[in-house]
Amino acid sequence: MEWHVAVAQLRPKKGDYGYALGHLGETLGQLDGANEPLDVLVLPEMALTGYFLQGGIAEVARSTEQFFAELTALFRQATRAGRPPIDIVVGFPERRESRLFNSVLYATLSHRQEESRIHHVHRKIFLPTYGVFDEKRYVNRGRGLAPFETRAGLAGMLICEDAWHTITGTILALGGARIVYIPVASPARGFEGEVVANVGRWHRLAQSMAEEHAIFVVTANLVGFEGGKGFIGGSVIVNPLGEILVEGPMGEECLIRATLDLEEIAIARAGLPLLGDLESQLPDLVHALAQAAEPHPEGPRS
Amino acid sequence: MTAPGEPLPVLRARSRPPDAPDLLRLNPQLTTRWLEEFLRHEMRFRRGFQRAVIGISGGVDSALVAYLCARALGPENVVGVRMPYRTSNPESLAHGRLVTERLGIEEHTIDISPMVDGYLANQPDADGRRRGNVMARARMIVLFDQSERFRALPIGTGNKSERLLGYFTWHADDSPPINPLGDLFKTQVWQLARYLELPAEIVEKPASADLIVGQTDEADFGIAYARADQILHYLLSGYPVDWLLRHGFTASDVALVKRRLDGTHWKRHLSTFAMLSSTSIHDYYLRPVDY
Repeated sequence: MEWHVAVAQLRPKKGDYGYALGHLGETLGQLDGANEPLDVLVLPEMALTGYFLQGGIAEVARSTEQFFAELTALFRQATRAGRPPIDIVVGFPERRESRLFNSVLYATLSHRQEESRIHHVHRKIFLPTYGVFDEKRYVNRGRGLAPFETRAGLAGMLICEDAWHTITGTILALGGARIVYIPVASPARGFEGEVVANVGRWHRLAQSMAEEHAIFVVTANLVGFEGGKGFIGGSVIVNPLGEILVEGPMGEECLIRATLDLEEIAIARAGLPLLGDLESQLPDLVHALAQAAEPHPEGPRS
Repeated sequence: MTAPGEPLPVLRARSRPPDAPDLLRLNPQLTTRWLEEFLRHEMRFRRGFQRAVIGISGGVDSALVAYLCARALGPENVVGVRMPYRTSNPESLAHGRLVTERLGIEEHTIDISPMVDGYLANQPDADGRRRGNVMARARMIVLFDQSERFRALPIGTGNKSERLLGYFTWHADDSPPINPLGDLFKTQVWQLARYLELPAEIVEKPASADLIVGQTDEADFGIAYARADQILHYLLSGYPVDWLLRHGFTASDVALVKRRLDGTHWKRHLSTFAMLSSTSIHDYYLRPVDY
């Protein structure tokens, strides 16, 4: 099966949701007019609002249902009436009952009501609260992590720091995810080397996750400056051999596209069956993990 | 291949002295590109300004900012303002001209002597420090007024070393709304200036605020920027003082830098407001600058 992926490295205007919807509408229109098949469009973390919102997040957050309705209306306005549906992966500030989350929505946008649906919402588990980041102050942490059904089979989603912990990708891969989508907002730091330090780090992370589990990994990185902090871009689509199929430029808006051949997962796993090995050793490791996670009377050992 | 009985070859990790000369070296091409993006984004996309106005002092910081702005916005969108005082070193004025001529940017010269002397005429006991502060603040009055005149955004030129050492006039040099150099140590400013081929006269001369005749930054501090920047780098990265002393930095250098750093936190903040409510601005009511 072929799965046609596009990633939009977008530059939002802080808190200007109307601008962002207009810009996303233009992007959907461009993709619709491109006369190339497209199955899923992946957008960055906090793609329509900007990342550093502080207390402003309460003013721009919306419910998943409202957000989905806005995206569906936008899709129907921006694309031809007969066009096939497009799945969308998009980071947004979510209000759920009385709580706020840094979330990512996976939904199918369609002109036909019966095809339009919310598949999954992942709420960011690891909220960075150090250095330039202050997420725990403003949002609640997500508790769940699981793959979900899409038109391309099981997929998983992680948000930014979620992917810095190898255990999250492992859980999704063990659960059957064939593609992991990772919306990211990463401000550039480290200008000593050939590439900005965190661009290199993100590529290594995506490639390691893909290669270890023989899955596809798609990152979508925000671009633009927020209060002097410039987001890196450099989004990648990585195949199950850990090879970067396409890479977005640093700091610039763009679309990157790739056609994923999902048969390559089985081919890669035949050559390097690490995920199968892990499955067979899992009971022992789960036991070891439970032991390592036991509270120590003298506090954390790390 | 090792012969039987022969000792194994030993490979050692490369050690690097903590004060290696390339400690703070940047990729100048990557850094320049990013700073140009920053200027275009902050000016045009976020604020809708097409033009920049820069106080051109004749020193390397403002010269570098002028070069970056000319590259980012086009020289036709950059206005350089030279603001000499009557005791300023004439070389500063000449070096300012060198920058505006090389870049082909619009240049204006506004002598701040009448406005500074008008105030100081009634302040006969003002010492060099007070006079220097008055000059720095007068220059900002001029720069912001010229900003209005040309519909051009004032661009700051203070570097990270000055900011950390508190070597600037509060609410003067630090007042322009955007600044591409604020996270660059002085030694990194020099590195970028050489990469962008700024005039050698400007890059190689001793740094000076030129507020007092014969003044240089390094004489004011009592330490060279090359050393101070390394110490600042380690202190900001979380290395304790005794680590620095164990790794070859002298106690007097470390103490000097730490005293200036610790004594100037207030200069890197806005005013201190008395908090009376749980909606106090910047304490409770938190919104980013670009919200």
